Amino acid sequence: MSNGKVLHPELLAPDDRDSIYRRGRRLDHAGGASQPLRASTLEKQPRGAKVHGNRPIDQAEAAARFIAAPEHEKMHDERLWDLRQKRDRQMHGIPEWEELRALASAIKEHTLTHLDDYLEEFETNARANGTHVHWARDAADHNRIVHDILRDHGARTLIKSKSMLTEECGFRAYMAAAGIEVIETDLGERIQQLDNEDPSHVVVPAVHKLRTDVAEVFARTIGTDPDNSDVHYLAESERESNRPLILAADAGMTGANFAVAETGTFVVCTNEGNADLSANVPKLHIASIGIEKVIPHLEHLAVFVRLLSRSALGSPITQYTSHFRGPREGGEMHIVLVDNGRSERLGLEEFWTSLKCIRCGACMNTCPVYRRSGGLSYGATYSGPIGLIIDPTFNARKYSNLPFSSTLNGSCSNVCPVKINIHEQIYAWRRELVKQHETPFVKKAAMKAAGELLSHPAAYRAAIATADFALAHLPRFVIYNGLNAWGKHREVPHPPKQTFHSWHQSNRGEKT
Amino acid sequence: MRIGLFVPCYIDAFFPEVGIATLELLERFGYDVVYPRAQTCCGQPMANSGFNADCADTEALFVRNFSGFDYIVAPSGSCVQHVRDNFDAIEQTDDVKRVRARTFEIVEFLHDIVKPDAFPWARFPHRIGLHNSCGTLRRLKHAAPSELREAPFSKPMDLLSKVAGIEFVVPARPDECCGFGGTFSVFEEVVSTKMGYDKVSDHARAGAEYIVSADTSCLMHQQGCAERIGVPLKFIHIAQILNGASA
Repeated sequence: MSNGKVLHPELLAPDDRDSIYRRGRRLDHAGGASQPLRASTLEKQPRGAKVHGNRPIDQAEAAARFIAAPEHEKMHDERLWDLRQKRDRQMHGIPEWEELRALASAIKEHTLTHLDDYLEEFETNARANGTHVHWARDAADHNRIVHDILRDHGARTLIKSKSMLTEECGFRAYMAAAGIEVIETDLGERIQQLDNEDPSHVVVPAVHKLRTDVAEVFARTIGTDPDNSDVHYLAESERESNRPLILAADAGMTGANFAVAETGTFVVCTNEGNADLSANVPKLHIASIGIEKVIPHLEHLAVFVRLLSRSALGSPITQYTSHFRGPREGGEMHIVLVDNGRSERLGLEEFWTSLKCIRCGACMNTCPVYRRSGGLSYGATYSGPIGLIIDPTFNARKYSNLPFSSTLNGSCSNVCPVKINIHEQIYAWRRELVKQHETPFVKKAAMKAAGELLSHPAAYRAAIATADFALAHLPRFVIYNGLNAWGKHREVPHPPKQTFHSWHQSNRGEKT
Repeated sequence: MRIGLFVPCYIDAFFPEVGIATLELLERFGYDVVYPRAQTCCGQPMANSGFNADCADTEALFVRNFSGFDYIVAPSGSCVQHVRDNFDAIEQTDDVKRVRARTFEIVEFLHDIVKPDAFPWARFPHRIGLHNSCGTLRRLKHAAPSELREAPFSKPMDLLSKVAGIEFVVPARPDECCGFGGTFSVFEEVVSTKMGYDKVSDHARAGAEYIVSADTSCLMHQQGCAERIGVPLKFIHIAQILNGASA
C-alpha cells in the first residue's frame, strides 16, 4: 500500500517530524502521550510464555527472555511507569480521590452482593428498550450464542472493539473455525490480531511492542514499508487498511465497561471511537458483557467514569464514553450476559472482591514485576497483579505458579480504583494452592524441613553455628529448588566473623 | 520496661552489626533489653511460599520466647509485618495476640513509643538515599506511599533528620520495590535482580553514597546487585546510623 491512495499523504514522510508538530503540540491524549522511543538496532521482539496444555505456566522463564531483550524491557518499563506517573498527577488534582475509591468499592460490593436482583432488573429494562438479552453460562455458550445470531443474519464478517471477555472466551479462534472473519477495530488489538498474539495488557494490548515490531507486523500483513516505523505512518496505514473492512462488515460487536440496571443501558469507553464504529456502522450490534459489569443506577456511573481513565492512562476521561440504549431504526441489538466462572468466584470467601475489577490496568502499570516481564509472560488472558488473582480461578493447575510472580509489595492495591486488596489475595492464593496440592513436591519437602529446623533451636543453632556454615546451609531453607539462584546474578553476603548470637554470648553473656 | 530483642535469622548470621546497633540503641534509652537465646526465625520463608501449616511450630516457639515482654523489637520490617499481620498458623490465644500486637519494628518503636528529641551521639556526614521497604511503607505505614492521596509523612525521615551531617538525596522512583520479595528473590531471580539493578542505579544517579533502610533483607539483596554490576554504593541499616555509626 506504499503508493496507494491515503487520506493524509503528508503523514507518510517518515522523517518529516515537523509535519507532525506543525500545528502546535503533539496530540496529548491517552496512549498518544506515552514517550516515543526510537530503537537503535532491530532487537527481535521476545515472545510470551510457552504453553504446554495444562502444565503450569513458567512465568519466570518468559520474563527472563523479556529481560534479555533490553530495548523492549526498557521501553516497556518506562512507558508504563509514565502512565503511573500521569495517574498520580490526576489523583493529586482530585481532593476527594480516596473518597471516590471508597465509594466505587462500596458500590461494587453492594452490587455484587445483590447481583441476581440487579441482573434481572437490567435484563427487564434492556428488553423494554427493544434489546435482545441472552445468558451464557460459559465461554462455549457465549461463542455458540453469538455464532447463532450471526448465522440468523447471514453475517460473514464481524467488526469488534476490544473486549477482555471475548479474549477469555477464545472468541476469535472459535469464529475463525466457524468461517467468520473477525476484524479488531482497536489499533493495538488489531496489531495483536495481525501478529496472531494475545493482548499483553487490558488497556494497551500492544504495549510490549516497539514501533519497529509493529512495522514488521504491518509489512508482513498489510503491506507497509518494512523500514518505515514512523508511528503516524503506521497508524494511518492501519486505518487505510481497516476502514474499508469496517464499512463493509455485516455485524458489529462491543464489550461494555458498565451496564446500568435501572436503565437497561450499557456504556463503552474508548479513546479511538472504534466501539462506536463497531456498534453503529453495521445494522446488527452484539454486546458481550460479563455479569459483574452491572451497576445499580446511572448516578453511580459518574463515580466510575471519574476513576477509570485517570487510573488507566492518567487522562481525565476517555475520548469517547458511549451510551447504548437500544437498536437503531431498522437495526438489531443483542446483549450476551456471560458468567464464565464469575458466579463460582463470587462464592470464594477470600477472592470474591476480585470481581470489583473495572479493568483499568493501573495495577499492571504500577507493578514492577509486570513492567519488567511483559504481559505475555503470564501465559493467561489476564496478566499482572489482577491476573495473579483471577487466572487460578479458571485453571488452578495451569496458573499455579502465577501467584508467586510477585514481591507482595502492595503498590497494586494502593492504585486500584475499586480498592481490591490485590496483594493480600496473591498471598492468600499461595496458601490456597498449597492446600490444593498444586505445588511441586521438592518445594513441599523443603518447606517441611525448614519448619522442623526453625522450631528446634538446638538443631537450628548447630546448622548456623558459624556464618560461613550458615552461608553454605542457610539457602537450604530459603532456596527450595536446589540451584543457587541467589548467586547467579548477584553476590552473596560477606560472612562476618561471628553471628549475633555468639557476639551476644561474649558481650552480654550474663543476660538471657 | 522490658524489651525482648528479636534478631531475625539472616541478621544473626550475616549482619550481626545490625542486631548489635539495635541492642545498643535501645540500651542508650535505658531499656532493659533481653535477647531470648532460643529464638530462631519468624517462619516467613514458609508462610511467604504458601506453606502456612509448616509455620505452626516455629510460631509457637516464637510466642514462647517472647511472651511476657512489654515490647518485642526487631530491626526488620518484613519480619515484624509477618508477625503482626500473618501469624495465624497457631491458635490465637490471648498470649499469641498480645505478642503479635506488641511486636515493633525499631523505627516505629523509636518514633511512636520512645519519641526521642535527638540522637546526640550520632553524626553521619554522608549523602544518603532512603529505601523504604514495601513492608514498612505499605504495611507498617512508615511513610505516606506515593500511590495514595494523603498528607506526606515519614517516620524514618523524622528520625534521620535528628542526626547531624546527613544530606538526603531522592531517587526518581523512591517507592519502587527493589525486587527482594523473600522467596521471590530466588523463585524469579532474573526479574528480582533486574529490579535490584534498577533500584541501586536509581540511587547512584541521584548521588547517594549510602542506601539506608529499616529492612536488612532489601539491603542484602541490593548490595549483592550493586556489587555484581559495579555500582559503588554502600549500605547501612538505619539503626546503625541512629546508634552513632560513622561510616
